[in-house]
Amino acid sequence: MELITLQTLWFVLTAVLLIGYAILDGFDLGVGILHLFAKDETERRINLNSVGPVWDGNEVWLIAGGGALFAAFAPVYAAIWSGFYLALMLLLVALIGRAVAFDFRAKSESLRTKRLLDLSFGVGSLLIALLLGVAFGNILRGIPIDANGWYAGTFFTLLNPYAIVVGLLTVVLFVMHGALYLVLKTEGEQMARMVKAAHFSWVMFTTLYVVAAIFTFFDAPHLFTYAYPEIQKPLWYLFLVLSLGSLALIPVLVGRKRIVHAFVSSSVLVASMIALGAVGLFPRLVPSTINPSYDLTAFAHSSTQYTLTIMLYIALAGMPLAILYKVILYRVFRGKTVLTKDSY
Amino acid sequence: MDIDVVLLARLKFWMTVAFHFVFPTITIGLAWLLVAFETAGWKTRKPVYEQLGRFFGKLFGFTFAIGVATGLVMVFQFGTNWSQYSRFVGDIFGAPLAAEAVFAFFMESTFLGLYLFGRERISRGAHVFSIFMVALGATISAFWIIVANSWQQTPAGFALALADGRIISQAEYLANPSAFDLANARAVLVDFMAAVFNPSTLPRYFHTVFACLISGAFFVGGIGAYYVRKNSSDEFGRLAVKYAIVFGLVASLLQIFPIGHEHGQQMAKTQPEKFAAIMGIYESQSSAPIVLFAVPTQRPPELKVPIEIPGVLSWLAFGDVNATVQGLAEIPQEDWPPLFTTFVSYHNMVILGIWFVFILAMAAFLWYRKTLWNNRLVLRALIWSLPLPVIASQLGWIAAEVGRQPWAVYRLLRTSQSVSVTVSAELVIFAIILFFLVYAVMGIAYIRLVVRTVKKGPLPVDA
Repeated sequence: MELITLQTLWFVLTAVLLIGYAILDGFDLGVGILHLFAKDETERRINLNSVGPVWDGNEVWLIAGGGALFAAFAPVYAAIWSGFYLALMLLLVALIGRAVAFDFRAKSESLRTKRLLDLSFGVGSLLIALLLGVAFGNILRGIPIDANGWYAGTFFTLLNPYAIVVGLLTVVLFVMHGALYLVLKTEGEQMARMVKAAHFSWVMFTTLYVVAAIFTFFDAPHLFTYAYPEIQKPLWYLFLVLSLGSLALIPVLVGRKRIVHAFVSSSVLVASMIALGAVGLFPRLVPSTINPSYDLTAFAHSSTQYTLTIMLYIALAGMPLAILYKVILYRVFRGKTVLTKDSY
Repeated sequence: MDIDVVLLARLKFWMTVAFHFVFPTITIGLAWLLVAFETAGWKTRKPVYEQLGRFFGKLFGFTFAIGVATGLVMVFQFGTNWSQYSRFVGDIFGAPLAAEAVFAFFMESTFLGLYLFGRERISRGAHVFSIFMVALGATISAFWIIVANSWQQTPAGFALALADGRIISQAEYLANPSAFDLANARAVLVDFMAAVFNPSTLPRYFHTVFACLISGAFFVGGIGAYYVRKNSSDEFGRLAVKYAIVFGLVASLLQIFPIGHEHGQQMAKTQPEKFAAIMGIYESQSSAPIVLFAVPTQRPPELKVPIEIPGVLSWLAFGDVNATVQGLAEIPQEDWPPLFTTFVSYHNMVILGIWFVFILAMAAFLWYRKTLWNNRLVLRALIWSLPLPVIASQLGWIAAEVGRQPWAVYRLLRTSQSVSVTVSAELVIFAIILFFLVYAVMGIAYIRLVVRTVKKGPLPVDA
């Protein structure tokens, strides 16, 4: 396969892994944020156990995405990871605090420790969603990449209004996504409140979506200048329609109690939001705010043709299996969450 | 303020990887013991096996969760703290990391969910299959990470793409390293299989997996011995100890021969300076001695109070008592690894390895004589030996990685040239303090939780 085809494929595959991560870990991060508002111990246990068998596997998508970026676009991985140092350290602490909360909580006997670990799970989830959103916002907007391909800003460069809006947008999107998941998993009063939470976050999301869209025109105009307009423009319109359509469908489907469909719809929304960003960026992976010629791109900063080919074989061999495992897992645990003696 | 960022980054890497490495070492071994328990339970229908499965399964799930959480730090760390390294090796090093996620982590994490939470939702056979897939996934993940790490030790299957656009082979470069400027160069993959199965991959892989099996066995055996010591007819405890003895004894014997031996021979051939440092051979010599005890100093390079057996090292390394073992003196001093750390950690690892064989052989013998269950001394030794294989693994790993210094990639890229350029010392210090606090809390909580779970005992199973 030609190098340019491989580079394009790997750009797409990296985006697909990111989408897989956002859809899957997105709902369990949302469950974590909603966990902060749970009413009693039963509700909290339902929350934790609704994602209990799956959260770990969901997080693997992040590892796979990071690994794919490292393998396919090492200079980009090196620049972003060292550049976003402090933000990533906070992200890691949040990921750790969240991951250990499940088991520590299940085994702890004091109420205070349990409440502390509820916070660790909830605040950790919130921080992860926010940091990932802010990071994505910065990538869209561009960051100061210098002539040597290294990050030339500070931690505070990352805290610009545009990135923060994208961060908040991510948080409410995941909350909505998680609320819909919980509607599927809970019953009675908790379910009724999750329906309300889904509606509320839908309104928040829609408002922020408009704000973010306007912001993007002014703050990230480069996302509308395409290297391959004949392909990128139609794709962009496609994902725009998909995102607006799925967004509009969610309250309708929830109203008709078609929750599985509503959840699928919000998954499509998550996917098309990231896809919109990816279409705007291509072939850039990270635009430079210093000079467009310093942009980190899929064509200039990839691994060799040989490595990309090998990696493609690995992905083709492994990903169908990974998806098969997921399908089995979600099928076994479909339906309402019930507490058993194996539960957290 | 003049602080050594490289040293700080190394300190951070050591701290985070040392902590992480405790957990997979236990889970990879424990997973296979769980496969044995669950299979036996499935075939015999005896409830005690389900008890064993549930009890050690809970501990497994918990240990695994910390392993995943701290493992994420490792995947990120190459980019955050070693960005020059990441750029240099990206074409090669990223692929095994991605393969690990794709081939192993997905499998491991998905089937663990099924195993831990699906006991009442899937058939018995499917449940046994789930833990088998977890064990297999864990063992595969060890393979890919060892591939990545072994490539740093004995790089193969690549060429060097220099900043000026020339591409030179490994042999060309090593023939005359000073003729080439590696600034902004990168290693590019030319032969995937050669890179994956580089000269040290298989010896190091088996060595690591067997260390994990031993760790899992002592984990189960130590906890089992605790119950037997409280009540010598405790069936749960006895079974745990029996399985641990069988697994552990086989694994620790094979670990010494052929696995450890092969690894040593490979190292003598492929990384002579590391071999010389851990063995304490500073001058090249024929019929080189095995050093049983000594205190090494770096300047001047000397062994204080050595106890040696002549010729044994030459024989072990090359099968000939008169063979010459290359000493450090022939290598420029700036390319030496630290002598004390490598020597001491390697030797303590070996002592522990011998202890594992000894205590398990003793236990097996007493089991055969039917006096093990009342032998409080041996049972107590088993209890206190629980963490020792984990410590031995840490020591072996320190010997391996410190022995690789001063190189990040052996004879190609120095550790000092690998560090992130945009990350200041202050940031790294902040991260070290942050992670130290988080890990200290987590480590203490983990130990308390294991102790509490063990004291509480296994859940009764309805027969």
